[in-house]
Amino acid sequence: MDDKNFVLRPAFFICTAIFIGLLFLPQILPVYQLMLIESGLTFAIMGLGFNLLLRYTGLLSFGHGALFATGAYAVGMMGRYFPDLYRIEILIPAALAASLIMSAIFGFVCVRHTRVFFSILALALSMVLFALLVKLYDLTGGSDGIHIDLPIMFGKSYEGVKRFEFLSGGYYYFLLCIFAAASILMFAIVNSPFGRALQSIRDNEVRAEMIGIRVRRYRWYAFIISGIFTGLGGALWSFVNGHVSPEISEWVFSGEIVYMTLLGGFMIFVGPIIGAILFTYMKLYAISITQYWMFIIGATLIILVLLLPEGVAGGFAKLFAGRKRANSTGVG
Amino acid sequence: MLKVEDLVKDFGKSRVINSASFEVREDEIVALVGPNGAGKTTLVNLISGHILPTSGKIEFNGRDITTASPYLRIQRGIARNFQITNLFEDSSVLDNVRICLFSVYGKISKGIFPANYYREITREAEDILAEFGIVDQKHEMPSNLSEGDKKVLDTAMAFALKSRFLLLDEPTSGVATGDKFKVMDTIVAAIKKQKMACMIIEHDMDIVSDYSDRVLVLSEGEVIAQGKAAEIMEQENVKVILFGVKK
Repeated sequence: MDDKNFVLRPAFFICTAIFIGLLFLPQILPVYQLMLIESGLTFAIMGLGFNLLLRYTGLLSFGHGALFATGAYAVGMMGRYFPDLYRIEILIPAALAASLIMSAIFGFVCVRHTRVFFSILALALSMVLFALLVKLYDLTGGSDGIHIDLPIMFGKSYEGVKRFEFLSGGYYYFLLCIFAAASILMFAIVNSPFGRALQSIRDNEVRAEMIGIRVRRYRWYAFIISGIFTGLGGALWSFVNGHVSPEISEWVFSGEIVYMTLLGGFMIFVGPIIGAILFTYMKLYAISITQYWMFIIGATLIILVLLLPEGVAGGFAKLFAGRKRANSTGVG
Repeated sequence: MLKVEDLVKDFGKSRVINSASFEVREDEIVALVGPNGAGKTTLVNLISGHILPTSGKIEFNGRDITTASPYLRIQRGIARNFQITNLFEDSSVLDNVRICLFSVYGKISKGIFPANYYREITREAEDILAEFGIVDQKHEMPSNLSEGDKKVLDTAMAFALKSRFLLLDEPTSGVATGDKFKVMDTIVAAIKKQKMACMIIEHDMDIVSDYSDRVLVLSEGEVIAQGKAAEIMEQENVKVILFGVKK
């Protein structure tokens, strides 16, 4: 980032305009479309967390589904075992705490290695959690999962209210506020000295150690922060979906997290956000077109890697930067 | 300041450092010379904590640091550069120095305010770059620098750690011959200003005699001679090892 204040940058105005636009969506979009956007926003929060590891720390996790599941299941378990505490202002901190503990454990094991060894360790641990969620039927509901009731939100009970009414009302704005706060917080983290330390570790582990950065410990911190964002995404998603089941801890969903980040473009901060929303729509429309929807997703990935390796957002950013350069040099 | 006693390092069956013992005093610039493969870089790696010795002892300001982590050694005041430039290639020249200062000032764990918020640190990083003569390239990426400037940046990063003891592994290798003395002038002036002790690995004997207070000669992992440059170069065994002069 250069010395120019971020508040004065065009990107800041674009983000603010998009946020204001999102505020008016419930008045414009049908409820079903709004639910898709909400689902996309929860994945976006998760994508921001995931990309802290991939883009800024240089670690590719194939096990983030488990951390997403931790947040989602924290909500489900609270509803099952502590129904008196089923209030959103308690559920979200509880999900954050559960994600913190789970990612601290996962991270402690995984950050001992890097590259493919890290990825495989993360995948293996996520499959352990998947197996536990399936097998511990009495505790977790097994493969049936847990139904997610509508929570009490800031003193207001939604008993008897239809889920789509809940989702198109206060919850949308609540989710939007958390999404904005999470984005701002992550932007601050990646541009802070801590974020720079992570990027130093990614670029040159040996030198990072030789300038006094505790490499493994900082990787662990990055994993925990990443896990908390992912768990937060999971908790918020559980209300949108209305049901949690072990599939979100399986490697297939972890692969989808990687996919949506690549789709948006992992080299750019907003990439995972755009990727998450695009993926939500893409998957749904692919499913509605054909039972071979995975073929469409796979083919898109191949096209993406070959033609647009920077992802959709990265491609646009490159196009915009190219035009700007051409204009400033008087060409084109 | 630095005391090395009977230091041994084996890589498998080969002994790379063999009972090396020497001291470096405060405010002293010591040159470490020796033919290729003598173990100079290994010795620097052992002192900086990059690798651990097989046996022996390293003391720094009276404290045993033989098995201390690199992090702890940096905290105690030992910094190093690298023979083959070792930079953060995806960060600007300014950020390469700034990250060192964040580390020194304990700001590296601060995760909320942007790096640019710490204006004092940015200014200090610019001052260091100015001192080393590369402030004009502060917004460049390291890959756009000349080999010589990369080397200078590498040293500036080690310098930015505000150490009390600086290990410089061939700070002028890759620098154009005409610029070597200029680079050394810059580095030594900065070291003297901060009253640091320094150990420099160097092949160029003109630089060694011009800039060092004392010379250590390493051959096959053993310190075979130490003393003032002029005296050392008169010793027969040193002449044989360094210049290939037969008796």
